[in-house]
Amino acid sequence: MKIILFLCATLPLDRLIWLGLQNDLGANPIEMITRSTGTWALVFLCLTLAMTPLRLISGSLFWIKQRRMLGLFCFFYATLHFFIWLYLDQDWDVHAMFHDVLKRPFITMGFLSYLLLLPLAISSNRFSQRRLGRRWLVLHRLVYLIAGTVILHYWWHKAGKNNVAVVEIYAVVLGLLLICRLPPFRVFFQSLSK
Amino acid sequence: MDMNDIDLSTDCITPKAVFNRRREWMKAVAAGGVGSWLSQGAFAMEAIKLASTPNVNYPASLGVTPYKSATTYNNFYEFGTDKADPAQYAGTLQTRPWTMTIGGLVKKPLTLDIDSLLKIAPLEERIYRMRCVEGWSMVIPWDGYSLSKLLAKVEPLGSAKYIEFISLADSKQMPGVKDAVIDWPYREGLRLDEAMNPLTLLTFGMYGEPLPRQNGAPVRIVVPWKYGFKSAKSIISMRLTAEMPKTSWSQINPREYGFYSNVNPLVDHPRWSQATERRIGDPRGVFAPKIKTELFNGYGDQVASLYAGMDLKKYY
Repeated sequence: MKIILFLCATLPLDRLIWLGLQNDLGANPIEMITRSTGTWALVFLCLTLAMTPLRLISGSLFWIKQRRMLGLFCFFYATLHFFIWLYLDQDWDVHAMFHDVLKRPFITMGFLSYLLLLPLAISSNRFSQRRLGRRWLVLHRLVYLIAGTVILHYWWHKAGKNNVAVVEIYAVVLGLLLICRLPPFRVFFQSLSK
Repeated sequence: MDMNDIDLSTDCITPKAVFNRRREWMKAVAAGGVGSWLSQGAFAMEAIKLASTPNVNYPASLGVTPYKSATTYNNFYEFGTDKADPAQYAGTLQTRPWTMTIGGLVKKPLTLDIDSLLKIAPLEERIYRMRCVEGWSMVIPWDGYSLSKLLAKVEPLGSAKYIEFISLADSKQMPGVKDAVIDWPYREGLRLDEAMNPLTLLTFGMYGEPLPRQNGAPVRIVVPWKYGFKSAKSIISMRLTAEMPKTSWSQINPREYGFYSNVNPLVDHPRWSQATERRIGDPRGVFAPKIKTELFNGYGDQVASLYAGMDLKKYY
């Protein structure tokens, strides 16, 4: 099962590579790749956050077992997104990158999202869970903050062209996934699994 | 011409012979049977051919952007907000019959159909750089004549200081108009001296063909020293005014889009720097380095005098 999930999760990257080889990335390939990797990072974030509601509804731990891989793939696509921007757009100019991080709010949010993902990715293993104990759970609640910074990153990027329709959809999805965790909803979902 | 363009030139110049052969082929295709099949979509070729003569002041040595990129990567919100939308959805735009009114503070207001507009002056082919505010650019061979030739016919009054352009916004032909992303119709404008500058092109074609629908058929303007959104497409009316016209993008986001919007590497966009640009169609593809953006998109010789003494950071 894990292997199937792993292979499926790499499909977005495989598709990009395939399109690249076919020279079919469109007129502005860097923009397309940046947008695609960012979108898939966001999709995997949603999938990761969907595991707990599914566990509550089904009563099965199966969903939680997939969560780590989904979370790491979110980090994987976010890393691709960040490094593609840093290399192909900023030409490794770290100075220019920090200038942008400080001056342009949507990039501030993007950079912050990535920084917050780092400790989560690094601690996504049993060793860390054992060492950190309860603190591991607290640390991983950062994902709720990340959901917020990521939406702001996307929103502020699109808002300048008055084009926030797609971002609104993701915001609603993430909002619902977070609301699921509130006590009244938890109880409701759990009752469904009985 | 800047040094970076010359660095690119040996790779991405379409040799003139090939370029001309492709043009002849496209004209032949337009005239022949394939035309009726093509007329289904946005690439419909019109019956008129464009007899335009190259203007040697605007030569091909810059490396022309591939036709496919120029016609499938467009910002034309009337047909959707994605870059691929206009090519996909502009097929419903009716480009004939088409009339354009030129009025306002003029002695002789005119209403002209597209054929009359085409007769006002001989068509020239001019290869211009087009720089989008988003940070990408193209090099496109446009076919048209200086807007000043049309404006001479209507005789602007002394009180006229600006010109406003209104684009078609018909929800029956343009699906994106149902979306309130812009307060339709699309409005643009220029100071009158900018409009009278010979560089400002009243444009009817590109690459030797009538404009594809997604590129603003049947008539648009091209103002190459300003960001691309100033080059209004599918124009139905021009109006000369005493006050600065309201323009669509500066209404939506005044902090990001000013009235002048001159290409200027020293004036940052709030969300990104304007110091460099990505040239679409660079044969080095994904690894192509960005090009340094030039003040007035490299047309400073012809237009800098319009802004003598003006604070370009304030009047962005």
